[in-house]
Amino acid sequence: MIAKSYALFKKDFSSELRTRYAINSLAMFIIVAISVILFSIGNETINESLTGGLFWVVIFFTAMSGLARAFVSEEERGTTLTLQLIASPSTVFSGKLIFNLILVFCMNFVIAVLYSALFEKFVVQNFTLFFVTFILGNIGLAVASTIIAAIIAKAGAKGTLYPVLSFPILLPLILTCVQLTLFSFDGTSFEEAQFELAIVVGYDVIMLTASYMLFDFIWKD
Amino acid sequence: MSSYSIQSQNLSKLFGRRLIFKDINFSLEEKGIFGISGPNGSGKSTLVKIIAGLIAPSSGKIIHKNSIGEIIPEKLHNHIGFVSPYLVLYEEFSAWENLKIFAKIRAVSFDENKVLYYLNQFLLENRRDDLVKTYSSGMKQRLKFVFALMHSPDVLIFDEPTSNLDEEGKKVVYKIILGEGKNRIVIVASNEMKDLELCTEVLLLENFK
Repeated sequence: MIAKSYALFKKDFSSELRTRYAINSLAMFIIVAISVILFSIGNETINESLTGGLFWVVIFFTAMSGLARAFVSEEERGTTLTLQLIASPSTVFSGKLIFNLILVFCMNFVIAVLYSALFEKFVVQNFTLFFVTFILGNIGLAVASTIIAAIIAKAGAKGTLYPVLSFPILLPLILTCVQLTLFSFDGTSFEEAQFELAIVVGYDVIMLTASYMLFDFIWKD
Repeated sequence: MSSYSIQSQNLSKLFGRRLIFKDINFSLEEKGIFGISGPNGSGKSTLVKIIAGLIAPSSGKIIHKNSIGEIIPEKLHNHIGFVSPYLVLYEEFSAWENLKIFAKIRAVSFDENKVLYYLNQFLLENRRDDLVKTYSSGMKQRLKFVFALMHSPDVLIFDEPTSNLDEEGKKVVYKIILGEGKNRIVIVASNEMKDLELCTEVLLLENFK
């Protein structure tokens, strides 16, 4: 199954390089969102708490603008049936998940670099904690976004439905990641942040398991 | 391949409250050309999609069996070759790239000679490196036959196989249907008399309302 999923990921990657379906909108959204925040704060210095919160707000809305395309692009081009004829549901989900994982990691890496360059209070004291939060948060974001994208792909008002449906599902993850980011800013030790880390690990495991179990039903009808 | 069979048990489909068909029973064994006919909206495409495992019936069951036993739904796609006007291949890739990608995702070897043979049969060999978006609708339809045949499936399902095709294209399709029908199960869903004349048995969907 890994080879098949990788082949599907490669297909999506080649397709993305040719159509620029998701990359362009993600890049534009990141630039616009960070610019708007910078213009709105002007010469003021925002505190660490607000910086950490805004960091995850930008991540959430950027994910909303690009990650649905894994399934929406197939539905809009009418190639969903082709995919159903060449791959099992688990292969399709795994292939799309790999694609979204890589997209999320690249996108959030760019956001983190821009934040550290442009925001005075974006100073990480406990880098290990920030790194682990970043990894676990991205995994949760990619898994949840992929399964929600599969759900909304067949709906009429996809653009509106995606953030509306994602918000309650991603809220526990985003809130915990904001808390962990603030811990990493004020130098809280890894041990002291164990409870929040356990929540994010639990979220990732539950989302991944539920997604694989549900995808078959979503994909078929 | 010769021991492949498809059994339909009391197959019914409803979309909301609208009944499409009910209590369809049939059994297809080994090989032959089987037709499905009916007026527009009678559920031909719905029935072939159910047979291919693409959508679920409202009630009843479709059972695919080979020499090993019943084929589970997750593995069914490897045994099916499907052509229809609503099937869309990836337009940003060339025909050759599309077929190579499909082989990789199916985890079957890409037999270049076989693919070239089919591309030649369907008069597409000279255009194999052109992007699919530059193809005419007839050429896209012919490419779908290569897509359906390249992995040597046990069952071939052709929904309106000659739509968008010129006379030359239709001749090739009829030749393929007759040839493949000698070795495997071929299902043709159509309203065209010429398509249905190839079939040994025809299921009329208006009888299942």
